[in-house]
Amino acid sequence: MADPLDTENGSQASSDERLRDVSFLSRQLNKPELGAISGAVLVFVFFGLTAGGTGMFAPDGILNWSTVSAQLGLIAIGACLLMIAGEFDLSIGSMIGFAGIMIAVPTVYWDWPVWLSIIFAFAGAMSIGFINGYIVVRTGLPSFIVSLAFLFILRGLTIGLSQFFTNRTIIGGVRDIAEEQNDWMAPLFGGKAFQGFFQWLGDNGWIETFADGTPLVSGIPAVILWFLGLVIVCQWMLLKTRFGNWIFASGGDAVAARNVGVPASRVKIMLFMFTAFCATVYAACQVIEFGSAAADRGLLKEFEAIIAAVIGGTLLTGGYGSVVGACFGALIFGVVQMGIFFLGIDSSWFRVFLGGMLLIAVIFNNFIRKKVTEAR
Amino acid sequence: MSTTIELKSISKYFGSVIALKDISISVNSGEVLCLLGDNGAGKSTLIKTLAGVHQPDEGDMFLEGKKILFDSPRDALDRGIATVYQDLALVPLMSVTRNFFMGREPVRGFWPFRRFDSDFADRVAKERMDEIGIKVRDPHQAVGTMSGGERQCLAIARAIYFGAKVLILDEPTAALGVKQSLMVLRFVARARTRGLAVILITHNVHHAFPVGDRFTLLNRGHSMGTFGKDEIDQNSLQTMMAGGKELQDLDETLREEKEFQVAAP
Repeated sequence: MADPLDTENGSQASSDERLRDVSFLSRQLNKPELGAISGAVLVFVFFGLTAGGTGMFAPDGILNWSTVSAQLGLIAIGACLLMIAGEFDLSIGSMIGFAGIMIAVPTVYWDWPVWLSIIFAFAGAMSIGFINGYIVVRTGLPSFIVSLAFLFILRGLTIGLSQFFTNRTIIGGVRDIAEEQNDWMAPLFGGKAFQGFFQWLGDNGWIETFADGTPLVSGIPAVILWFLGLVIVCQWMLLKTRFGNWIFASGGDAVAARNVGVPASRVKIMLFMFTAFCATVYAACQVIEFGSAAADRGLLKEFEAIIAAVIGGTLLTGGYGSVVGACFGALIFGVVQMGIFFLGIDSSWFRVFLGGMLLIAVIFNNFIRKKVTEAR
Repeated sequence: MSTTIELKSISKYFGSVIALKDISISVNSGEVLCLLGDNGAGKSTLIKTLAGVHQPDEGDMFLEGKKILFDSPRDALDRGIATVYQDLALVPLMSVTRNFFMGREPVRGFWPFRRFDSDFADRVAKERMDEIGIKVRDPHQAVGTMSGGERQCLAIARAIYFGAKVLILDEPTAALGVKQSLMVLRFVARARTRGLAVILITHNVHHAFPVGDRFTLLNRGHSMGTFGKDEIDQNSLQTMMAGGKELQDLDETLREEKEFQVAAP
């Protein structure tokens, strides 16, 4: 039987479907991290011109702002992946404080070895992340509200429990204990890498040294290596693996994702656990390096992490974003914060800048999203 | 021609509501069965039963002659019954390739370096879209930039690629313009030629008639009969579906109103 639909201009099926030429440049514009990378370039040019003579770009200056950026970047990676999967975690900052206490109290007051305390903190934080995610997934409530609740619960628990166990809110002495026990895990978080290399640079007079010959910058802090490692692993995972596709799908449209067999709930819970993991890495690096944990650590960090992710091109509504973008967001953050310090400007202006930057980034992201999804 | 899927006297109740009563349909491979009916006729319940979302309260289902009972949509999918719902299960922000393989991504390499085989995925997605006459220049283009008809075709192409034997389409042309609808119907006709059994749900007789081989009319959970293309014409189908009496009534009411208006001033 002749089918009317098959004979009726069947061959030129899509000739009336207009295909727009997309230039190379425009395709690059569709990459989420573009805004943050160009922003970072601008920031570097600006401070290169204005703060060039202040020591900001001397080795110790570089170490200074790269450490700040790396710390923020660590939690920005977690926040970014979770946002791409369509959820928020406002408890990251409180989790940093809580994880710090989970390391310090067992070490100092219960005589646990440092490595066991660190593992305990990771296990504890990730269980809380699991509970957080499980509640969000099961109740269908906005993660904004659920994690806001955890912001207060965890901060309260941090102060309350440290008071209960130790009668104080700042617990010191962790570093001494770690050195005393010659703990094998502590250097993974509080150590410095490539010390020999920096000593060699100092011996040759290529970098500044103290009077006794030890270089001003004695090595790369572990937090920077953690940050770089996680960036590479997470960006690869996001773009190149099956799980990465599931993250995009869960955030883009969780119902559609479930209908084709993506375990969206599991993906979201795992990412809540991952943000808790990132917060704990942050806390462990801080506690081991400074030797102390304080109940007010990580205050407002959740917002900074989300801001870094948004500046990095991640959509607040989920389904779109980039880990590399979030890292450049964190870099902008760190460079501006320290640059303002080096220039001697009142740090209040940093907040003004931050707010302005956030607003611009959100407007820009919104524009990009419309461009990406505009129907022909 | 073998019978691919057959429903015998299927009934489904939700509490006291009779959603389906004594429905029997069968579809052969290489055949398009159109399910026609107004809102509330039981079309959705019937396809959800076929897709494994609901289990029938009475009656039996047979797939290729064997009696079956689906526990879940996944179960139905695994046995080759693919349903394309109206929401299409596509994510607009994701690329054509990523959508095409969403949830069933091809991988290569060994853990922990196992990765999404994007070369293979891009190639397949592009090939499949080319085959149905939709030129995807860049398989990384977001689905959000495609037209409604193209999206519908993508969802159908995906279902076929993943081994559908029975393809259930829920109102595929409902939200589309004329040309877009034709694009989709042309693709449905092609799927039939490839030997798929297609169940097309619609309330648009003009869309159903050209592609359909047989037509089952549903009304308030009951079947009003199944007709071959040679047994019925488009008009009587339309009349039966809309309830000829009601259309006639409307006609009369309108005429009376008009006469009234003319008489009034």
